[in-house]
Amino acid sequence: MTWQSRAKQVPQGGDGSSDFHSEQDSSGPAGDEQGGPAMTRRVAITGLGVVAPGGIGVKAYWEMLTAGRSATRIITHFDASPFRSRVAAECDFDPEAAGLSPQEIRRMDRAAQFAVVSAREALADSGIEADTYEPTRIGATLGNAVGCTTSLEREYVVVSDGGRKWNVDHEYAVPDLYRHFVPSSMVGELAWTAGAEGPAAMVSTGCTSGLDALGHAAELIREGSADMVITGATEAPISPITSACFDAIHATTPRNDDPEHASRPFDRTRNGLVLGEGAATLILEDLEHARRRGAHVYAEIAGFASRCNAHHMTGLKPDGREMAEAIDVALAQARIDPSAVDYVNAHGSSTKMNDRHETAAFKRSLGHHAYSTPVSSIKSMIGHSLGAIGGLEAAACALAIEHGVLPPTANLTEPDPECDLDYIPLHARERRTDVVLSVGSGFGGFQTALVLARPERSSR
Amino acid sequence: MTAQAVVTGLGVVAPNGLGTEEYWAATLAGTSGLGPVTRFDAGSYPSRIAGEVPDFVPEEHIPSRLLPQTDHMTRLALAAADWAVEDAAVDPAALDEYGMGVVTAASGGGVEYGQRELQQLWSRGKEYVSAYQSFAWFYAVNTGQISIRHKMRGPSGVLVTEQAGGLDTLGHARRHVRHGIPLVVSGGVDGALCPWGWVAQISTGRLSTADDPDRAYLPFTDQASGYVPGEGGAVLLVEDAEAAKARGAERIYGEIAGYAATFDPRPGSGRPPGLRRAVEEALADARVTAAEVDVVFADAAGVPELDRAEADALTEVFGPYGVPVTAPKTMTGRLFGGGASLDVATALLSLRDGVVPPTANVTAPADGCALDLVTGSAREAPLRTALVLARGYGGFNAAMVVRRV
Repeated sequence: MTWQSRAKQVPQGGDGSSDFHSEQDSSGPAGDEQGGPAMTRRVAITGLGVVAPGGIGVKAYWEMLTAGRSATRIITHFDASPFRSRVAAECDFDPEAAGLSPQEIRRMDRAAQFAVVSAREALADSGIEADTYEPTRIGATLGNAVGCTTSLEREYVVVSDGGRKWNVDHEYAVPDLYRHFVPSSMVGELAWTAGAEGPAAMVSTGCTSGLDALGHAAELIREGSADMVITGATEAPISPITSACFDAIHATTPRNDDPEHASRPFDRTRNGLVLGEGAATLILEDLEHARRRGAHVYAEIAGFASRCNAHHMTGLKPDGREMAEAIDVALAQARIDPSAVDYVNAHGSSTKMNDRHETAAFKRSLGHHAYSTPVSSIKSMIGHSLGAIGGLEAAACALAIEHGVLPPTANLTEPDPECDLDYIPLHARERRTDVVLSVGSGFGGFQTALVLARPERSSR
Repeated sequence: MTAQAVVTGLGVVAPNGLGTEEYWAATLAGTSGLGPVTRFDAGSYPSRIAGEVPDFVPEEHIPSRLLPQTDHMTRLALAAADWAVEDAAVDPAALDEYGMGVVTAASGGGVEYGQRELQQLWSRGKEYVSAYQSFAWFYAVNTGQISIRHKMRGPSGVLVTEQAGGLDTLGHARRHVRHGIPLVVSGGVDGALCPWGWVAQISTGRLSTADDPDRAYLPFTDQASGYVPGEGGAVLLVEDAEAAKARGAERIYGEIAGYAATFDPRPGSGRPPGLRRAVEEALADARVTAAEVDVVFADAAGVPELDRAEADALTEVFGPYGVPVTAPKTMTGRLFGGGASLDVATALLSLRDGVVPPTANVTAPADGCALDLVTGSAREAPLRTALVLARGYGGFNAAMVVRRV
């Protein structure tokens, strides 16, 4: 029997549900990839922090998302006039006002600053104190796709004297250059913020980095390597080299005359993604630990899987096959039947290729239920922040479960006839939400699915 | 029952040998691959020695359509992955596509490619930037390219923990195997031998400024004055032992028996550093005692303070002169995401042949450094269990136990 066929035979729902809530039972949703013999530990999200375009902090972020407001605008970080695409979703972020010290500001790239500010909010939100966990039992993971791009480009321009020198000048290098050069320094900042001395790693799988960092963090708790993990994702890519890269492959939208409506996933008139930036931090804990200390639990990370399309570094096939496989495995691991999914947070990058690819994937995995499941893309409001977006989307999913409100797909006024699901156009929707599926798709062929669920959801 | 993760294939690209057996023969003979930088003009820099992979002709290893879209280190990685698959006699087309994953380590990405495109942008304009730059430089590139080349559609990943990444990826590959994925291509191949990567490292103050290749990288000695950067690494084929047996795998180099990762406390916290704990947790994970470890492959930073910290951690766990310690990376330089993977490959070859390669160029450890450092020539010994250590800039520690099966 192949591994794949075993994965397909996992009981989903029904007979798997009887032991689902049994606290003393060793079965939980955190089984192995086949959904086989499950491990004891379940993983809770107990703290959230966000730095996003249009809103610093969880409260402002959620208000913006549920209002269906777009934070996209003409780029202000640099003079983007030479570029084909001049739109981005930028954070109005003042590091000093956000509480960072002068030395922290000097030491950290903008992306690291975002991460630390969101981490402090998440830690405060979780109610975790310095002595709640032994430092060696705290892990840290961070998703990020393009590192300290902004700082690196700024420093490159200086040491190369504006691109004139191939033999760049070491005497003009700043002392922190290597910290920017190896982006793992950012997960180091996150670890220091939480006092983490357990396993730490930056996860860098392009645009699925954020979801993959969460999956990695959940795994550290399940396998017993940590009791708590500070995890999340950050990116600050809005810089000339990033614009040049995406211009060169026409990935970003040229809709410069209408920047606030430029990110339009699933809309017939969409013509490319809008670059974004930001960070989200999530505090993950072993569910039992979290309950014992009386923590507020937003949701449980119930399932996670990633697959590769092994097709093309930037292209997608229209059939959505590998994303569907990731969804199937993540749901099987969570022991949740596809018909129980209440909401799908789509990758929805506002490119024709993506929107059709994942619509096909949802139909493959959810079957007929895909047509009655609300789906939305918050990239319509906060743009596509590459490695950070998975973290920001997971935070939004946790908030959707918390508040029973689904964020909309903004700017979706003329649906693409090839995309025929319920994409929650324009306006947020109230709906009790127990199970959320969040997906990501990225350069390199990565396809990831994450299942968040209310831990005390009714049996299925 | 937990699946056993075994290594069934190796692919090595190193400054002192292209291909596993070439590398192994050179390493046992104490032949160094360090020399003056030739890839670019290093004359104006305070550091001028590197470990370059010689005689690698990309056209001989990489399909021509991939040449314009790959950094040098990605080309090396693709070759190493090919060799690992070949060495294990795996035919990916005959296996379940979702049962094969790829996990690699990265540090700075495709730095030389990135420097070239930054120069195009800033000296000529944005229309001169390559359409491939968006992915050719980024950290996920090697995993993406290897998965495409071998049509491996299983769980994949990329971990960035600077030099610790070579162990963290193998630890992650073992996780996938334990979760039912039969085969994972894993490890690291890395390098940033271009002025931009060079200057970034000079800024740390940890790069050796010696001009004699044999005196430039002398870890654990009184003359230690920094490290020498190199390029290369190893790709390892990690398989579920049962799955390997079922497909008739010819060779099992050894088992990934134990692994742990820790992070150092914030400087000034007064708390102990994490390296010793990584070692102890990896030994516990492998269910072996310190006395059962036959050889240690050290991180060997070449920076006095870091060398001392590593020697102290080893002495605390194994006792003074308690276990043979070696650092064959004195022959390759430090390889970033690739170094620790190469050390694991080297450790497996040591187990296979019952011989510990020397720490080339080092004659005697520093006063107060109570290590049984294998120097001079290779040392024959019956070997069953090896420990590999790695540290990544900024506080990352990792330890891995490999064992003959």
